[in-house]
Amino acid sequence: MKFPRKLAALSASAACLTLALSGCGADAPKSSGPSGETGKEPVTLTIATFNEFGYEDLIKEYQTLNPNVTIQHKKAATTNEARDNLTTRLAAGSGLSDIEAIEVDWLSELKQYPDKFVDLKDPGVEGRWLDWKAKAATTDDGHLIGYGTDSGPEAVCYNSSLFKAAGLPTDRESVAKMLGTTWDSYFDAGKKFVGAKTGPAWFDSAGSVYQAMSNQLDKAYEKEDGTVIAADNPAVKDTYTKVLNASTKENLSAHLSQWSNDWVAGFQSQKFATTLCPGWMLGVIEGNAAGVKGWDVANVFPGGGGNWGGSYLTVPTQSKHQAEAKKLAAWLTAPEQQIKAFTAKGTFPSQVQALSSDALLSQTNTFFNNAPTGKIFAERAKAVGASPFKGPKFFAINDAMQQALTRVDVDKSDDAASSWTKFLAAVKSL
Amino acid sequence: MAVTDRVRLQGPTGGSTDDGGRSVRRLAFSQRLSRWDVKVSPYLYISPFFLLFSLTGLFPLVYTGWVSLHNWNLIGGQGKFIGFDNFAFVLGQPYFWNAVGNTVSIFLLSSVPQVVLALLIAAVLDANLRARTFWRMGVLVPFVVAPVAVGLIFNNLFADQFGLVNNVLQAVGLDPVRWHSDQLASHLAIATMVNFRWLGYNALIFLAAMQAIPRDVYEAATIDGAGRLRQFLSVTVPMLRPTVIFVAITSTIGGLQIFDEPRVFDQSGLGGADRQWQTLTMYIWELGWGQRNFGRASAVAWLLFLMIVLIALTNFLLTRRIANQGDRS
Repeated sequence: MKFPRKLAALSASAACLTLALSGCGADAPKSSGPSGETGKEPVTLTIATFNEFGYEDLIKEYQTLNPNVTIQHKKAATTNEARDNLTTRLAAGSGLSDIEAIEVDWLSELKQYPDKFVDLKDPGVEGRWLDWKAKAATTDDGHLIGYGTDSGPEAVCYNSSLFKAAGLPTDRESVAKMLGTTWDSYFDAGKKFVGAKTGPAWFDSAGSVYQAMSNQLDKAYEKEDGTVIAADNPAVKDTYTKVLNASTKENLSAHLSQWSNDWVAGFQSQKFATTLCPGWMLGVIEGNAAGVKGWDVANVFPGGGGNWGGSYLTVPTQSKHQAEAKKLAAWLTAPEQQIKAFTAKGTFPSQVQALSSDALLSQTNTFFNNAPTGKIFAERAKAVGASPFKGPKFFAINDAMQQALTRVDVDKSDDAASSWTKFLAAVKSL
Repeated sequence: MAVTDRVRLQGPTGGSTDDGGRSVRRLAFSQRLSRWDVKVSPYLYISPFFLLFSLTGLFPLVYTGWVSLHNWNLIGGQGKFIGFDNFAFVLGQPYFWNAVGNTVSIFLLSSVPQVVLALLIAAVLDANLRARTFWRMGVLVPFVVAPVAVGLIFNNLFADQFGLVNNVLQAVGLDPVRWHSDQLASHLAIATMVNFRWLGYNALIFLAAMQAIPRDVYEAATIDGAGRLRQFLSVTVPMLRPTVIFVAITSTIGGLQIFDEPRVFDQSGLGGADRQWQTLTMYIWELGWGQRNFGRASAVAWLLFLMIVLIALTNFLLTRRIANQGDRS
């Protein structure tokens, strides 16, 4: 029984081999080739994401639309886990999924190895994303390594009951006016708040404020050619001094290190009145401050717009089904699908069209005093300027900077000057 | 001797075929086989370990050495051969020496109390307790908990402002301890996690050794009028020396490689803003996965290996000397 079948297969391929010269080869890719565009052959695609992308229902939908495609979804619990997994398997040269989700902050490093990722540039998706979103994933020679999924436009979240106690306005329009559009006006409002001596601090952490401010610097730590300018860049030193002045001299900071247990507990004990919040931070605040009344969002961000976080879908060249994977990635990041992901898990879209969708604009958030969060963050997303340049050493230098700030703001083991010296030493050792 | 000589003479090519020769050859072959059996088999029997070790232990060790002599990026892979530059660079880094200090400090703070306490706990478990198995299993429970879970729980207890430990301290009128800024305090907190996890494990090893001590020695000691404390110090502890050496060496190796507990002691995992609790393995991790510099990370890994060998050797010599002195007295 077995033998004849084997024989038949053998003779068939032998026939094809002989026919290859005369035309069988021309038909072959359609039936068996990964390069076939129509893709009628059954394909199993793997997609690796982290945290919550809101893709569960979308994947089912795609499988119904494309019965020949089976999708396996791997979810990492944290971004760090996903990043370690990605880099080790890139290094090993195998083991990656057909679609790998990446975070915006990993781009600088991954763009150094464009040949490890399929160039996803396609006339079909041109103009789909906000300019800065697509630009961040494009290498100098125009290689697009990832399709943008969500983004993290920043606003200011504030606790209106603390504002009220300090005699400040509480409704989001007047708060936005009071906070103003510059960092100085934001700090000035903070001085007024702290001057009322009601107890809480103005913002949570010097580190988080620096994070937002430095994301507005054009080239903070490195030049495009790879030279490290962090130590000599006056803008970096200025930002550093300004943040530490505000947090220690003016005592506007709650002296918490962001994401620490004390920071998480600080929401419950109402240790600070404002925190800078990208769209995804609302969920974090709601979780940490559960039961605390008064949180709200102001449609303003000091120093113009700012973006913090957001992800991309890439197709590694390791993938055996690159064309199919690209098609799926394009579909998942199309405005219609991104809106569905947004309604599922609140991942804020980075697609131009999605930003004017009714589903997005009509979104409100009950925890934040029914704020029209969809409308607010859509406006915040449009306010984001050019994305700052982040070179390959960005991560390490930024870590050193955050530690320098923590030494002064949280540990209080150094003053601004001595901590800066340690920062310089750390940068030198990279 | 004579038989082998004849076999050698005939060999496979000397195929003479008279009956006598054949029978001699058969005998010689089976004898030869049994000689091989005696000579080779023991090596065959122990070879699986060494084969496995050379595959999973020796090869990575040597390869790490090879990597440490190169510029080597995690993603980009092998670069230029640069000799001992990575070692020179790393040895010139204050962070490296800071990590060495932290590692030794955390190691001492965890290992020394651990061995002493484990001995005491084992002595108690060795006594006639009600529901003995329950208590003996009980001390092993912390060991079953994943180190990262232990880290997360203790991290909450040791939070600087809203942690349980500081709340208790403040409730009894003491100053809160700055667990995440003071170097020594952070080491103490981490050592607590390590001790929590490994105490029961070591206690069980001691307990097993204690039960191997012949009971008549204790009977004799009792007849001589020795109390429980005296018996513990003069009988139990001296007879446990080989086990103490074993536990000391294994906890040296484990202690110098400590990673999980300090790694999860804060969010960024670099050992604090001033590297108050960055250990050597965390420094390797920072160089390799943070800065993507595998060359330098491998150099530190090799330095750590040498350090462990050195300390384990001194440890061994010291404990053996103590043991010898004990025998003489």
